[in-house]
Amino acid sequence: MKALLAAVLLGAAACGMAQEGPHPTGSITVFAAASLTDAFKTLGLRFQGQHEAVTVDFNFAGTPTLVTQLENGAQADVFASADGTNMDRLKSDGLTAGDSRVFAHNKLEIVVAPGNPRHISSLADLAMPGVIYVAAGPSVPAGKYAGQALAKAGVKVTPRSLETDVKSVVSKVELGEADAGIVYTTDVKAAGDKVAGVAIPDQYNVTATYPIVVVKGAPNPSLAQAFIDYVLSTAGQAVLASYGFQPA
Amino acid sequence: MGSSRPERAPAWIAVLAALGAAFFIVPLVGLVVRTPWADAWSSLTAADTVEALRLSLIASLSSTAVALVLGVPLAWVYARVEFPGKNVLRALTTLPMVLPPVVGGIALLLAFGRRGLVGQWLDGAFGITLPFTTAGVVFAETFVAMPFLVLTVEAGLRSMDRRFEEAARTLGARRWTVLTRVTLPMIAPSLAAGAVLCWARALGEFGATITFAGNFPGVTQTMPLAVYLLLETNPEGSFILSLVLLLVSLAVLVGLRHRWLGSA
Repeated sequence: MKALLAAVLLGAAACGMAQEGPHPTGSITVFAAASLTDAFKTLGLRFQGQHEAVTVDFNFAGTPTLVTQLENGAQADVFASADGTNMDRLKSDGLTAGDSRVFAHNKLEIVVAPGNPRHISSLADLAMPGVIYVAAGPSVPAGKYAGQALAKAGVKVTPRSLETDVKSVVSKVELGEADAGIVYTTDVKAAGDKVAGVAIPDQYNVTATYPIVVVKGAPNPSLAQAFIDYVLSTAGQAVLASYGFQPA
Repeated sequence: MGSSRPERAPAWIAVLAALGAAFFIVPLVGLVVRTPWADAWSSLTAADTVEALRLSLIASLSSTAVALVLGVPLAWVYARVEFPGKNVLRALTTLPMVLPPVVGGIALLLAFGRRGLVGQWLDGAFGITLPFTTAGVVFAETFVAMPFLVLTVEAGLRSMDRRFEEAARTLGARRWTVLTRVTLPMIAPSLAAGAVLCWARALGEFGATITFAGNFPGVTQTMPLAVYLLLETNPEGSFILSLVLLLVSLAVLVGLRHRWLGSA
């Protein structure tokens, strides 16, 4: 039975490869959530390394910004979202080709200055007087998740600024303008020793789900699909894991 | 300007000129056509919009006031005093007119942010921090808009007939009296034009504001920030607010037509 299943899977994989054609070529544009910036840049380089004469261009921004750009006619081949809501919005606009696939998960963390000078150890500490807390805006997935985590913990705190994407939250803390923010664990990791992270317990934490899809009217749909297959492959998942993402 | 007599444009000039004009007019038409007029009133009176409008008015008028208090003396120095390095200084203080505003915002952060050159001292000595405050918005807007006032007032001071000041002085008027009773009234049109230009630029400021002051409704979220963010959640609302800003700009231009468009 197992052998049969393996044979069927192998056959399916072979068919998939045959459909793609041996060498997808040309270029694709990938619209990806800001939190994917570093991981996707590496994925793009590796993908280009595997395929001759292939170029992958990226546009990184807050997920709702990307959807707005696509709605207004921006040309893209692949869309990688930081939540299901924005993916659904693009789908209901009729701008997706085929079904989206989940390719990664992420968790939240509190980002603070190196050495945690304000001694922030929990979500409740964000509401301490004098602590400047910033978040991504409520339409940005990271901002929505941050709000959910605070609600689960029963913490009421008003952000001093609603940033347009999650990377801006990190940079506000990095510059010392803000004392703390809620971002993805991957963002804390990406910023290296310029910031520090404070873990959020599982009972309050929120899991972010990242779906990816071929954009309807993509100039290069076959290469777009090849890129998505690569992201979902063992090699692609290993790259994502090295940036702190959890597997699909 | 000379005795230019009207002539017929050659066909290729007419075509390119028409394209050039269309380039500006088509986007404006697009905005007007796509604006959902039925929802206009409810969008304009939505709580967030009212708050953004109120904040924009407060911040832009405050920065115009700051620009008048600091900019008019600066213009006077440029117009009347000779000193080494004056041209370099004028160039530096005019820079925000051509500088990408977001760069201005970063520069402001590095100077007046909590860790900035001056900012860390402000924070340490007085507990004053500017980012994420309305005062920060005023800072950002003044930084970007004041050069418009300075240059306009300087031009006014240079072109005025100084014999009136000399006459007043020979009649025994003190310097303060000459300034307030002769100089400033004589350059009143330049002062008004400079203030209006400065105000309009402050009202439209986006890049430096979001970079330096952040974005929070009622505190730092001005009209342009609200327009930008609404595009993601409520595009129709952002069209309406865009139209409001468009009408304000048009009103400014019409008000200044004698200075800019000639008196044709």
